[in-house]
Amino acid sequence: MSTLVARIEGIGFWLDGLPSWADAVTHAATGTLGAEGGKPVARLLAPNERRRAPPSVAVALDVAQAACDAAGRAPADLPSVFTSTHGDLGITDYMCATLVSDPRALSPTRFHNSVHNAAAGYWTIGAGCLHPATALTAYRASFAQGLLEALSQLACGDPAVLLVAYDTSDVGPLGQVSRSEGLLGAALVLSTDNGDAPGTRLRATLTDGTAPASRGALAQRGAGNAMAPMLPLFDALATGGDLVVLDAGGGRVLRVELAHG
Amino acid sequence: MPALAITAYTATTALGRGRAAQEAALRGRRSGLRPNDFGRDPLPTWIGRVDGLEDAPLPKALAEWDCRNNRLAWMALQADGLLDAVAAARTRHGAERVAVVIGTSTASIGATEDGYARLETGADGVARFPPDLTRPIVHTPHSPGDFVRVATGLRGPCVTVATACSSSAKVFAQAARLLNAGVVDAALVGGVDTLCGSVLFGFNALGLVSSAPCRPFDRDRDGLSLGEAGGFALLERATAGHGGLQLRGYGESSDAHHMSSPHPDGLGASLAMRDALARAGIAAREVGYLNLHGTSTPANDTIEARAVAALFPDSLHASSTKGWTGHTLGAAGIVESVFALLALEHGLLPGILHSTLHDEACGAQIRFDNAEDTTIRYAMNNSFGFGGNNSALVFGRA
Repeated sequence: MSTLVARIEGIGFWLDGLPSWADAVTHAATGTLGAEGGKPVARLLAPNERRRAPPSVAVALDVAQAACDAAGRAPADLPSVFTSTHGDLGITDYMCATLVSDPRALSPTRFHNSVHNAAAGYWTIGAGCLHPATALTAYRASFAQGLLEALSQLACGDPAVLLVAYDTSDVGPLGQVSRSEGLLGAALVLSTDNGDAPGTRLRATLTDGTAPASRGALAQRGAGNAMAPMLPLFDALATGGDLVVLDAGGGRVLRVELAHG
Repeated sequence: MPALAITAYTATTALGRGRAAQEAALRGRRSGLRPNDFGRDPLPTWIGRVDGLEDAPLPKALAEWDCRNNRLAWMALQADGLLDAVAAARTRHGAERVAVVIGTSTASIGATEDGYARLETGADGVARFPPDLTRPIVHTPHSPGDFVRVATGLRGPCVTVATACSSSAKVFAQAARLLNAGVVDAALVGGVDTLCGSVLFGFNALGLVSSAPCRPFDRDRDGLSLGEAGGFALLERATAGHGGLQLRGYGESSDAHHMSSPHPDGLGASLAMRDALARAGIAAREVGYLNLHGTSTPANDTIEARAVAALFPDSLHASSTKGWTGHTLGAAGIVESVFALLALEHGLLPGILHSTLHDEACGAQIRFDNAEDTTIRYAMNNSFGFGGNNSALVFGRA
């Protein structure tokens, strides 16, 4: 396939013990951890909605805003791609358990929060963003396929796009088949490469292969989360690595070359 | 954008399997809705149910993916020679050069609901899914995309788009980008959603379900009827002299308003429709048929009709076909795109079923009766989803 390219303008990151990209970079270099026990915050939402935001929405909005802040971009100005392996496993557990016990008591709010694009929806509502948002999934390839869609948007003329990836912790019997530990989120503001601007360049090519196991510090720490297949890219971004091979599903990989500028 | 050829397309709904069944029911104004007979404890409402899924397990080689949703995907793939067309595209371009982009809202959550209903408690006191449902791929939202990838042997990018009820309209946009960016040479797009407890009781909790067959745009409409469906289309670059159906434009937007209520001025809907027309390079008056989102809820229909009236001349024939199929959620985009393509191919412009009283708040574009017009060159489809997620598509005849 043709190679797709982008410049990384801003990065957002949240993992238990590493609540910011700065903490993640420090951890990758020195092994130290940030504050334990904190929770991601959907700052963009009104206080009432912020309190009620499910974990998936909180982590997605936290990292999305951090990436926009780092890029110096207004959230309302960007189209967005949200990717998640399982969506919010806690809400799915609630829905299925309630349908067994008392289906007519299903909460309307939990129902509309159960859609896979809940985080994307809350993001556009909170940001007052009229640009398109999408929400997609591809099992272990969710991040690679989300990145591919974001890069395709740039190739088709959008000057910049926000990519957000996240997964939540499993809950209840569902956790036996859809496993995921802790909360993990990361976001990138990607733009078309205009030559002189500072920042890391990314070149991605889809090809046959198998993604290798990663020994990176972030990949190790977040290994139990369903979005862990994205972590090798963030390890490379944190440590100056120049090649990452991401699982793209069905015996394919997304080969991502990085040039740090 | 460059026009994309639609070299195969199909839908399976409560009206039957394949295009001929859809066309005959639309022409004969025969509804696929029936009193709700789904599940152990059916709500008093009407549904668009696809017959025969209970007795149609997947072939042995695909048994790992077996569930109601993937059975419907498999049934829909077998109509109208779609699998043959996909195989031909795979040979023509190479399996790596054909993408799979599938839309859904609920994927196979029906199987997860079933797992919770049949939990087994082991000697350790832990409740577990029964062994026949301990299959991770049917409990994750990528289930339909992964199933279609395996069932077709395609090896290009494979994604499941899950933006609620706009999902299988947005797959056309995403596939167009993959083609135009040079990532692939063809894309199998589509969508599948099946009835399950989550949507029936979920929409009931929101107070959006009617106890009668839905009446889109009727003055006395009081809610939607839910349905299930699957459908597919094959997109390729249009070659010079290609004389068939085409995807001419897409538009997407966000309402930035509310998770489950549309923007009161139809702002996002207008943006998506304008964007689709602009990308197609045509004027609103050139559209011959518009398939509306038209869910039959009081709010959606008024707001959509107002947005349509502000953009299109009174001469436009616009309708909602949800009285035929029910609201098929994540499959609505592909099903209603198939109806728009049938309008282009056969000049059959569906009206609206069950509706008799015109709502003064809705404009002259809203048509209750069917019409015939074999001269139309462009047809459009609107799909809007929770989260204020909007998509509009423009199809044309070359």
